[in-house]
Parts: sequence; structure tokens; C-alpha cells
Amino acid sequence: MTELNKDMFVIKGKNIEKMETISRPSLSFWQDAWRRLRKNRAAFVGLCILGVYVLLAIFAPILSKYSFSAMSVADQHAAPSLQHWFGCDSVGRDQWVRTWMGARVSLSIGLFSATINMCVGAVIGGLCGFYGGKLDMIVMRIVDILYGIPSLIITMLVMLVLGKGVAPLIIAMCIVGWIGTCRFVRGEVYRLKEQDFVLAAKVLGVSDFAIIMKHIIPNIVGMLVTNLCMNIPHAIFQEAFLSYIGLGIAPPNCSWGILAKEGIAYLRVHPHEVAIPAAIICTTMLALNLLGDGLRDAVDPKLRGTE
Amino acid sequence: MTKYVIKRVIAAILTLWALVTIVFFLVRLMPGQPFTSPKLPPQVAQNLMKYYGFDKPLIVQYLQYMGNLLHGDFGFSMKYTNKTVNYIIGQTFPFSADLGIRALCLAISFGLVLGILAARKRGTKIDFFCVIIAIVGTSIPDFIMGALLQYFFGIKWGLLPVAQYKGFEYTILPATALAFYTLASVSRIMRASMLEVTSQDYIKTARSKGLSELRITAKHQIRNAIMPVMTMLGPTVAAVLTGTFVIEAIFAIPGMGKYYVQSVNDNDYSMILGMTLFYGVFLVTANLIVDILYGFADPRVRIGRK
Amino acid sequence: MAEQEKILEIKNLVFTFKTYGGEVKAVRDVSFDVRQGEVLGIVGESGCGKSVTAQCILRLNPEPPGFFEGGEILYKGQDILKMDNKAIRKIRGREIGFVFQDPMTSLNPTMRVGAQIEEVFLGRTDVTKAEVKERALEIMKLVGISDVEKRYKQYPHELSGGMKQRVMIAIALVSKPSVIICDEPTTSLDVTIEAQILELLLELREKLGTSIIMITHDLGVIAKICDRVVVMYGGKIVEKGTADEIYYETSHPYTRGLMTSIARLDTNRGDKLTPIEGTPPDLFSPPVGCPFAARCDYCMDVCNQYPPEQYMLSDEHMTVCWLQHEMAPDTEFRRTKGEAK
Repeated sequence: MTELNKDMFVIKGKNIEKMETISRPSLSFWQDAWRRLRKNRAAFVGLCILGVYVLLAIFAPILSKYSFSAMSVADQHAAPSLQHWFGCDSVGRDQWVRTWMGARVSLSIGLFSATINMCVGAVIGGLCGFYGGKLDMIVMRIVDILYGIPSLIITMLVMLVLGKGVAPLIIAMCIVGWIGTCRFVRGEVYRLKEQDFVLAAKVLGVSDFAIIMKHIIPNIVGMLVTNLCMNIPHAIFQEAFLSYIGLGIAPPNCSWGILAKEGIAYLRVHPHEVAIPAAIICTTMLALNLLGDGLRDAVDPKLRGTE
Repeated sequence: MTKYVIKRVIAAILTLWALVTIVFFLVRLMPGQPFTSPKLPPQVAQNLMKYYGFDKPLIVQYLQYMGNLLHGDFGFSMKYTNKTVNYIIGQTFPFSADLGIRALCLAISFGLVLGILAARKRGTKIDFFCVIIAIVGTSIPDFIMGALLQYFFGIKWGLLPVAQYKGFEYTILPATALAFYTLASVSRIMRASMLEVTSQDYIKTARSKGLSELRITAKHQIRNAIMPVMTMLGPTVAAVLTGTFVIEAIFAIPGMGKYYVQSVNDNDYSMILGMTLFYGVFLVTANLIVDILYGFADPRVRIGRK
Repeated sequence: MAEQEKILEIKNLVFTFKTYGGEVKAVRDVSFDVRQGEVLGIVGESGCGKSVTAQCILRLNPEPPGFFEGGEILYKGQDILKMDNKAIRKIRGREIGFVFQDPMTSLNPTMRVGAQIEEVFLGRTDVTKAEVKERALEIMKLVGISDVEKRYKQYPHELSGGMKQRVMIAIALVSKPSVIICDEPTTSLDVTIEAQILELLLELREKLGTSIIMITHDLGVIAKICDRVVVMYGGKIVEKGTADEIYYETSHPYTRGLMTSIARLDTNRGDKLTPIEGTPPDLFSPPVGCPFAARCDYCMDVCNQYPPEQYMLSDEHMTVCWLQHEMAPDTEFRRTKGEAK
């Protein structure tokens, strides 16, 4: 310790500024979520697959020379070839075009019904959770009762009344589909509004509107997005199921569920007719699941700042 | 506990009432006159009109309808003269129930084992394998799974029968196809729940007592982690049961689901309604049972808070 | 103080957590010992590494992400860090008990209280089932649980917070360990219960001769029950000594800061309490010099450049502060002529 000298031993006092410099990088919620999502390779792959499928669904039917409903006797059950990339179905319709037309239907049903459900559920759940009181009690009783009925049963009943088609499908899925989101949002909002930071804001005289915008919404939006992402595959599943049992889309329109159903009928002789739509449904589900998992981990506040 | 059970039972009854009411009014909402299908024999149409009491005021109709249901009468078929829904259910439901129970047992037992294994061996190859099964499993709709199994095991390799339901080897493929999705989601939830429990303070307490890892998993983790899985048992039963629709169609099993799909294709409305209602009642009851079981499993519910 | 047998010796312990932002050096070169039948207090504010240090003794910190970078923890002469899992398990519960901070979450909600206490004896062949139950009931009585036969069959949610903490203590004590580590056992309890629990711990020490490590941020608790005290800051020990030495011959500005920030009996009406301004250092990149330098009223240039040396002020009293150096100006903290250990 030869380098010590008297000058170093003069009392200077504390240096708060130096101490307050934070050496750790500070990330906003979304920056942190995005950082973690990008790091999650599986979720990123899922995002890419979805992107490709969406592009194909938009452009493939436009760019192809075949129409999704034009039949051709000569091409019945044609195997995949240069003319028909995915082959043809039992009445000679081009499967490539039908697959991507089906993607339009299936993806939009998934997206629309999940989005509507999320919005309706979030608004009702949010209002009930935030204001509580009589409204909350009445709505929650109703919701609890409806929650006990399997949603598929209601959906099937409504489809019987409304008839087949894309719009009836979306309506049928939305009639009870919001209940899950509603319960979850109400629970979250209820929990949040009891938290001290909301109390602090209230004490400071912040208006309800500002509290909702600044304190409640930012805290649930991550979970909502995840919820949305998880509900899309669920909706696509339901559509496929309903189409499969004959309560979905009306022919000649098609969806992935219908393609799979038609394909399964010829499973023994023309396995490619089921293999292709099956592969596409499964990869879409996989992509959505991976993305959903990634999002859930990315927005989980408990995991913030960890690997 | 008694209070909890009574509360659940009342909720279930209310739910059933809501279901029945919804069904009743949906029937009135159906386009046009309900039973005017040209395929319908006039005598059956008359029976139906009488059954639903279409000539009487709405409230009387409603009460009459409820009365019928209370007697366990689910209605007529429009297509098959003199066949009641009850008769069809009696004929076909045993097959569906058998298939469903097999699939449920398969899904829950394997799902739990996979989930526990994955959580115990977190970050290893075993965990990776289980996670892959879980993700892939929840990405394959059951009808595709059914078709795949049928194609490879039945047609291509000829290992197992591809259709009908006449013995143990006939049940393997459909039960597996039906179970796979549920198995995957059970294992997923169990894994997540196990990991959640692992970070709880009481696991640290258990560790500080010098217990072996095996004991900690068996006595402390699984017991607590299984609760969330139990809460989703109700929806699971629903998923398996509705899954039987397509699986039965694919494997030509003479169960209720196959019949249901047939009724849809035949536009046999009253049949569909009756069967849907039966499913609804069945599932609400199943949910009630699961809820009560949950109450018994969780001491916090069983003994109640102060 | 008479030389007692050292039960537990911690030497130059370094424990680090790996996270995305880099390594958090939670415990940096900590050494102290625990003697037969004494109460040792470890005091410091949140995040100073006191809990991590305590959990290191039973290796309860998750590894990974945590890992030992160095040091030794000798229990009766054996290094815990070199033991395999089986050997450590024999120490846990049996030789060293642990009482956790939050009794609300530290008991398994799906197991009966009695079973949770008895679990400590699991896998031991030297006691019969009946004996185990007897011991459990006995210890429950000892820690002041009333109506033990009934409590024995109850679940944690049926007990109050104080009762739960008594159960936790019963778990830690049931197999009569040589040491029990109490990690802020009273923080989540109210003051009257706190006093009861502390009384209880002292009583148990008398009866069972157990050594106690008491981890707390509350100097009041320390004053009430501790024989010796270790003051930690930023993952390091800044001062240690007997309780009297720490209170009456405070020789580190941080310890002084802790004391002036709480109300005492001799605090006059109208006197202001002085909090320590600022926040503890970020252990992602701990400062080169003294960790307390930035918040210290007596900070000198040397404090920012070199880690302070250890100065022995008496047999027990040690402080880690440049103010003890011979070249340092005279302050109220000066106790030596300035020769480093």
C-alpha cells in the first residue's frame, strides 16, 4: 500500500449523484418483452411461418390461373404436379388455390372471433372489475351460469339457427366466447385496483379515466395480447371441428376443416389430399402456439429481466 | 364444505336451466315454421307440433317443454318415425362413454406423468421431449390425429383394425387419437404448475428439513401442482366428449357422435336439439362432480377459511 | 467473552448469481463464525446479501443460477460446500434448522401441521413413529402452541400468522439441531407477536442450548437478543463485534447511520431521525472501493479507489473502514492507532 498518501485521507463527504447513476440498462416494458421474444427462437419461427401463410393466403389465389371452385373431370384426384402444385380434389378443383382460399376463411375466422371476444370480454370484464358494485354482481352471476355451459354446445346450437357460413360462424363463436376473457380481465382488474399504486394515484386525485389508461391498461395489455394469441388457434380448431361435422362453412366455399374432411374420405387411395391440409393446419397451430408461449413468457412481469 | 357443495349444486341447476331456456328460445328462432321439411312424414310433424305445443301460448309451451325434460324425455326424431332421442342415446351412448373413458384415463395418466417428468428434469433432453410432445400434441386437431393413426397403423402397416368397435384392439387407435390433444394439454399445464410450485417458499422449507428430492416432488410439489389440472378437468371432459364426434365418424364406431354428425347431415333438427341438450346436461353434471371433487382435494375449500 | 466452541465457521464466502445483465455478486468475501449457544445477529438493509449468506449455509439458494465462487463453510470442521447432496440432507433439519421470513407462504397448504413437523424425521431409523409424534407434540407445546392435539391435525390456513411462525420454529427445532437460522422471522408479524417470538427463541436457547443466527434489518431485535453482531452492506461485512461494542463503540459510519435512522428510548422529543440518504450499490457492478463510499458522510478519495482494510479493535470487534487508518483524520470512529489486521 505504498501508493496511499495523506491527500487521499481528506474527508469529502457523500456523493449522492454518483451513487444514483444506474449501471444496469433500463428497458421499458415493451422493449423488454420484444427483447425476450426475439431471443426466443421458437416464437420467432412461429411468427415467420404465420407471416408466410398470411402472404400466401392473400396472394396465392390472385396469382394462380385456377379458380377455387372450377371443377375439371380430367383432373379428378390428380397427384401434385407442376400444373397443380398440391394436386386436385375429388371433383378436380385445384388444391393449391383451395388451400389458400381456405386459409383466408380459417385465419380470418380465427382472427376476427378471437379479437371480438377479446374486446367484448375486456370491456365488460374491465368495467365490472373496476366499478364493482351491483352491476358487477349481476353480470358475474350471469357469466358464471353461462360459463358452466360448454361453449361448443352453444356454438353448435347457434349454427343450427343461423345456418352455415363465415359470418354465422363468427357470431356463433362470439356469443359465449367472450366469457373466458371477461372473467380473466375482471380478476386482473380487480386485483390491480386494490394495489397500492392505484390507491396512491387515487389519493393524488387522478381521475378514473386516467387511472384506467395509465395504471390498469398497461398492466393487463401484455396478458391480453397473449390471451388473444392463444384464442386464435382455439377458434381455428372450433371452425375445423364444426366444418368437419357439417355445421361450418357452406360449399363450394372452403376452409381448412372442410379440406381435411374431404381429404379424409379418400384417405386410403389418395393420402395427399388429407396430408397437405393437415400439414398446413398443424403448422399453423404450431406457429400460433409457439408464438403464444413466447409472448406469454415475454410479457410475464415475474420473468422480467431474467434470461 | 356442505355450504360449498350446496353452492355448486345451485349453480349447476341454474346453469342447466339457462341451457334449457336458451335451447327453447333458439328453437322458436329457427327460420320459418319449425317442422315443415318436405321429408317429414305428416304424422311425425303432427307429433312434434303436439310435443312442442306450438299451438299453445309461449309460456305454456315453455312449461310443457321443461316438464318433458324433467321426465328425462329429450324428444323425437323427425327422420326416423317413432324413434325417440332417448332410444338413440340408449343405443349409442355406451360406445361413446366407453371410448371417452378410455381416452380420458389415457390422457390424464400419461399427461400427468409427462408433465411431472418434464418439470423434474427441467432443461434436459427429457424435458425437451415432453415439451415437444405437448406443443405438437396441442397443434394437431383430433380428426387429423385420427386420420394419421388410421393411415399408418391401420392401412400402411396393418397393425391394428381401422374401423368398428368390437374388442380391445379396436379401441387402441380411436382412444389414442382422442386422447392425444388432451394428453398434451394436461402435460403442459402440469409442467407449468409444477414449475410454479417449485419456486414456492414451502418447497424451500421442505428442502431445509433435509427431505430427498423424490419426497419433495411426491409429497409437496405434485399435491399442490395438481390443483390447477383438476380445475380444468371439466373442460377436458367436454373436449374429449365432443372429440368423440369426429373420431367415431372416422373409425366408424356406432357411438352417439357418429349419429350426431349423421343427424346434422340429414337436417334432423329435433334430433340434434335433443342430443345437444343431452350433451349439455351431461357436461354440466360432469363439471359439478369435478368441482365437488376439487373441494375434497383442497383442504382450503374442504375446511373453509376463517 | 470466553472462548466458546465454534460450531460453524464461514470463511471468505463468495456467492454469485448469473442473470442476463451479468453476474450479481450477492455475497463477496464474507467470514464469520457461530459459537455454541450464542445468538449471532446479521443486520443490514434489504439486498445487502444477508439472506443469501444464510441460505448458503444450507445450500438453499438455487444453483444454478447461483454458484459458489470460493470460500468454505465449516460445520463442526466439515466443509458443507464439498459435501454431496446426501450429506447435506443429513445436515438440513437435523443439525441446522431454518426459519423463513414469511410464515404465510412457507408452509405447505395441503399438508396437516403435524405431518409437516414430523417430516423432519423422515428416513431416520433411530426413532419410532410413536416417538416422532410425541416429539412433535412436545415441541409444539414448547413453542407455545395451545391445544396441540387439535392443532396437530389442522391445516396451515386454519392458523393465524403468529401461530404459523411458531409452527415454522417448531419445524426448525423439532430434531434439536445445534444451530437454527432465523431469516427475519418477525418481519411479517405484528409487534406484540414479534416480542413473543423473540422471547420464545431466547427461552429455547436456554432450554436446548441451540445457537441462533438471527437475520434482521431491525436493530431493535438485535439489541434485544443478540450476543454478537455482524453488520453487512453491499454483500460484504462492514463491522462485526459483540452487541455492546456495536452499540456503544460504533466504529463504522454505516452502522452509525443504521442507528441514527431509528427512534430509541433516549431520542428526545423534537430530535430528527436521520435516514441514510441514497440507495445501496448495484451489485451487478460493485464499486471498486468501499461499497458504502457514495453514501458516507466521511467519504475520502481513498474510499473510492481501494477496498478498505480490516481493523481489529478488540478480540471480537472488527471494522472495515479507512477511517481507522493511521493517515486518516481523527473522527468519532477512531478506536486504534491504525494498524491493520
